[in-house]
Amino acid sequence: MVKSEGNRLAVALGDVSLQNPIIPASGTFGYGVEMSQLYDINILGALSFKGTTLNARYGNALPRIAECSNYGMINAVGLQNPGIHEVINTQLPLLYSIFHQPIIANVSGFSIDEYQQVCSLLDKEERISILEVNISCPNVHQGGMAFGTTAEAAAEVTRAVKQVTDKPVYMKLSPNVTDIVAIARACVEAGADGLCLINTVLGMRIDIRRRKPVIANKYGGYSGRGIFPLALRMVNQVAKSVSVPIIGCGGVETAEQVVEMMMAGATAVEIGAANLVQPTICKQIIEDLPSLLDELKINRIEDIIGIV
Amino acid sequence: MLQRDWIIVSNERLTEQVWQMSLAGDTTDFKAGQFVEVEVPDFFLRRPISVCNAKEGLLTLIYKVVGGGTKRMTEMKKGEKVSLLAPLGNGYNLCKSGDRPLLTGGGVGVPPLYMLARCLREQGKQVKVVLGFNTGCEVFYENAFKSLGCEVELVTMDGSYGLKGVVTDYLNDDYSYYYACGPKPMLTAVIKKLGVEGEVSMEERMGCGFGVCMGCSIETTNGAKRVCKDGPVFESRLIVERS
Ligand SMILES: Cc1cc2nc3c(=O)[nH]c(=O)nc-3n(C[C@H](O)[C@H](O)[C@H](O)COP(=O)(O)OP(=O)(O)OC[C@H]3O[C@@H](n4cnc5c(N)ncnc54)[C@H](O)[C@@H]3O)c2cc1C
Ligand SMILES: Cc1cc2nc3c(=O)[nH]c(=O)nc-3n(C[C@H](O)[C@H](O)[C@H](O)COP(=O)(O)O)c2cc1C
Ligand code: FES
Repeated sequence: MVKSEGNRLAVALGDVSLQNPIIPASGTFGYGVEMSQLYDINILGALSFKGTTLNARYGNALPRIAECSNYGMINAVGLQNPGIHEVINTQLPLLYSIFHQPIIANVSGFSIDEYQQVCSLLDKEERISILEVNISCPNVHQGGMAFGTTAEAAAEVTRAVKQVTDKPVYMKLSPNVTDIVAIARACVEAGADGLCLINTVLGMRIDIRRRKPVIANKYGGYSGRGIFPLALRMVNQVAKSVSVPIIGCGGVETAEQVVEMMMAGATAVEIGAANLVQPTICKQIIEDLPSLLDELKINRIEDIIGIV
Repeated sequence: MLQRDWIIVSNERLTEQVWQMSLAGDTTDFKAGQFVEVEVPDFFLRRPISVCNAKEGLLTLIYKVVGGGTKRMTEMKKGEKVSLLAPLGNGYNLCKSGDRPLLTGGGVGVPPLYMLARCLREQGKQVKVVLGFNTGCEVFYENAFKSLGCEVELVTMDGSYGLKGVVTDYLNDDYSYYYACGPKPMLTAVIKKLGVEGEVSMEERMGCGFGVCMGCSIETTNGAKRVCKDGPVFESRLIVERS
């Protein structure tokens, strides 16, 4: 897509131009097919599809979903996905046929080798613009998150992935750490082209009548509107200490919050759990942004990135 | 699937814990066995509720108060707007019914069988319905099924109304194909008793209800399936018994 001259919503994640900063977050939009029946998904800035591992994964036992009153939800899906080969052979051709904006491939792994294998296969996919490497999935035992909780491991995954691809690599960070800035810096020093934060916050609900955790996996990832202030603070801290583009994510569901995220330092913004309950939310935000910019006397949305 | 506002036409108690809500909106394309996701004020997730009937712009839902969300639903008033994602899921396969279909359900598994019974009766099928409840004061919709011209059998656990026991005590093989909806143990028992020549409607906790989050994915004999999108109705042969 050519960035149109007059488009006030246009942003750039490095060399990747987006017609607007709105991106559905991995795991909350499938591969776009269901949502495309609801609205024209080509109005989106980009799309991040479900986390992909080398082999097919069924995921965790049920129930996988718990509610957190009006603030959001906990999920412990456990990276259910058909595996990279099936994704490349079946899901991606379908996605390419319905979606013509930049595609972000979300990658997960249980070993450095797995991250490398998945990324090198995705590297051959011309239509994929960015690899978003998830080192933060809190729902799978020893998976993913272990790599996101120390600066050394995060850097090691970053270096390994950079070796096998020429595509921009964005590391997706976990909030479940003591010092997210140290991990962000380590990723950037190891060659990350950008960062995406945050993934879900490790949480829990208990069914007080059954005296058991609501979800079978016991703990899961909390997301939705309740985590917005936490995500915003982390985006701001990281933005102040690195110079690569940041995709801000966590609890966003209004145009106002998109502006907040961008003022905090995000170049683009992912919308997650809100898609599940308001499936047209991304469309709504994109439609609401121009008049909000008018009201705030903002000419081009990229002018506000990191101003706070 | 569409996200649209519906207008509440009525919202009334049927039994101590079970309520019926009727909503006005566009009911074209609704099939028996499908469900809707109801937006409930003050709750993040929508609530999945089966379509009990959908005809000529009127949608009927029957829900049991089991927690905060369904309790809040009872406070919704006539004339108010409600956002629904609808219709969702696959629905029952009517083509397979044969001439003498058997419909069996328990508790709030009964509602989706109503629209199924209506559609089958409209096709001139001879419909047998066996409904199970815990006790007599929980029974609802007996007359609704009778008015459709179904042969109706009521079973209560305590025997306070109709036959005593559970539905599977009273299912015989005088039917062409079966459809079941109810709690998981009941479905397992039905499949065990009647075999796999039928279909069952499943329930799982849902994130989205339309296939994008993988929150509701179950293992079947034909791989992982999403209850919300690939179901909620599954051929019995796909259902694996799990502890
Ligand atoms: C496809 C489908 C069709 C359904 N049809 C009906 C129906 O016609 N009538 C009816 O009374 N009930 C039906 N249910 C069950 C109904 O969705 C739950 O009883 C309801 O969501 C409970 O909400 P709550 O806030 O009152 O309970 P809470 O326990 O407070 O709910 C907490 C969370 O758990 C979820 N949850 C709790 N119980 C269930 C359950 N049994 N199934 C799925 N999610 C659950 C809720 O949606 C919510 O996200 C159906 C469920 C599914 C999946
Ligand atoms: C059901 C569900 C599945 C998710 N799956 C993934 C995944 O596969 N990979 C990933 O990096 N993040 C995944 N996430 C995390 C989201 O992409 C996002 O980072 C997080 O939910 C915070 O944003 P939100 O508050 O807007 O939901 C998932 C989130 C949810 C709710
Ligand atoms: S509830 Fe989201 S996929 Fe079924």
